[in-house]
Amino acid sequence: MYTKKVMNIFQNPKHVGVIRGADGVGQVGNAVCGDIMKITIKVEDNKIVDAKFKTFGCVAAIASSSVACGLIIGKTLEEAKALTNKQVLEVLGEVPANKIHCSVLAEEAINLAIEDYHKKQEKLARKLEKQNKK
Amino acid sequence: MRRVYLDNAATTYVSNEVLTEMLPIFNTTYGNPSSLHGFGRDAMAELDKARDRIAKAINCKPTEIYFTSGGTEANNWALIGLAMANRNKGNHIITSQIEHHSVLDSCKYLETQGFRVTYLPVDECGLVSIADLLHYLDQDTILVSIIGANNEIGTIQNIETIARICHEKNAIFHTDCVQALGAINLDVVGMDIDAMSISGHKVYGPKGIGALYLKSGIKINNLIHGGNQERGKRGGTNNVVGAVGMGKAVEIAVRDMSINNKKLRNMREFFISELNKRFTNFKINGHPAQKLPGLVNVSFEFIEGESILMMLDLAGIAVSTGSACSSNSLEQSHVLKAIGLPAEIGQGSIRISFGKSTTKDEVVYTLDQLEIIVKKLRDISPLTTKRSK
Repeated sequence: MYTKKVMNIFQNPKHVGVIRGADGVGQVGNAVCGDIMKITIKVEDNKIVDAKFKTFGCVAAIASSSVACGLIIGKTLEEAKALTNKQVLEVLGEVPANKIHCSVLAEEAINLAIEDYHKKQEKLARKLEKQNKK
Repeated sequence: MRRVYLDNAATTYVSNEVLTEMLPIFNTTYGNPSSLHGFGRDAMAELDKARDRIAKAINCKPTEIYFTSGGTEANNWALIGLAMANRNKGNHIITSQIEHHSVLDSCKYLETQGFRVTYLPVDECGLVSIADLLHYLDQDTILVSIIGANNEIGTIQNIETIARICHEKNAIFHTDCVQALGAINLDVVGMDIDAMSISGHKVYGPKGIGALYLKSGIKINNLIHGGNQERGKRGGTNNVVGAVGMGKAVEIAVRDMSINNKKLRNMREFFISELNKRFTNFKINGHPAQKLPGLVNVSFEFIEGESILMMLDLAGIAVSTGSACSSNSLEQSHVLKAIGLPAEIGQGSIRISFGKSTTKDEVVYTLDQLEIIVKKLRDISPLTTKRSK
């Protein structure tokens, strides 16, 4: 049911881990459904310089996470936000129909991480503003 | 690459003794048992011999054995055939929540035909409560179907007690004993069973053959129409090769039951004791004692079953998942749900089923690989905390 390519990515996933002091964190899914994906990103000059994942889930979920992290590293935030599950699927090649949702989870986790980054930046900006007023 | 097969509850290989009996049926005794000529009579003699062997193994009359295409057909036929034929007596059927899908889906079909079906809950070990059975049995109940030994967690039910209670209320008792065959003594007279489904390929026989035992005198409607085979109850040219294989396989399964069970039990105890030594945060599912000797259903926390299965597969080891995720459904296994296992723990379940040729060396290799795999997946999982490592 899984292609050799998907199995290879699953067996040797890249970008596993959690970035300490990440600029953005995105977590989607729940254990009841069987998939949890957590993606952390590091941003410099509007560019994602690093991305790491931790995933609880099936072969496709782990492989999608690995591919998604690889796709957004080196991209601007806008480029990463525009990424959809289609690009993840293109890299993975063929996946069983009932596993396509795993690539969607990866898209959602990235979007959440970017949103989180923006929220953190706004918070930081407000904090700086306050300090300046003082 | 080394290959280790630990999925004997899914199917087994055909043993040499069985294969030897089957081979001449393909090209020597190949007649159609329904034919009147010598070729046909020879084939019929083989079919009768197979029927006799199965009858002897479960202590019934040969005329009470009906060959089918497998356990699924036997279950479909028992549920649908018995319900339809006995509809004049009542409209209620009782089964359990941990049946094989061939029973559950037949019940769902019967609901669409106007029958009322009660799906009995089970306790955390997977046992049907006798009190529940008594509570739901009523004048309207015509049929009770309870799985003898569960295929996912291995729990063995108190079949004799259930049968006795059903008969006190005049309900027909059917049991799916596809997994129980060869693991427990199935004496249909002593246990007072009315109908029982069995299959060939779980006991080192071929796939595509099963049987329904039906006590004489009990009415059943046909499921497969078109022919006088199986005393007019099941049409279709007999699968003589399959029947011969199943006959021999069942004979051996009963003959070697105590030796096999002892071996399998030792293997399981060794495996579980090693799990306790090597792992933390896991749970063994099913009944602690009343269970199939060669089956272990284990849940590893923080990781997902399909990933464990596929990593084991990469190491050449075959197991199956307790969760239904790999079988094209994202829902949790109905059995693990019924025993009240929380979904997040149920997701990390695998079923390991040893066979009569499994070696200790293979079990050690599996444990070694499992150790590496569980650690690897827990390193990837966001649920793993430092403490739980």
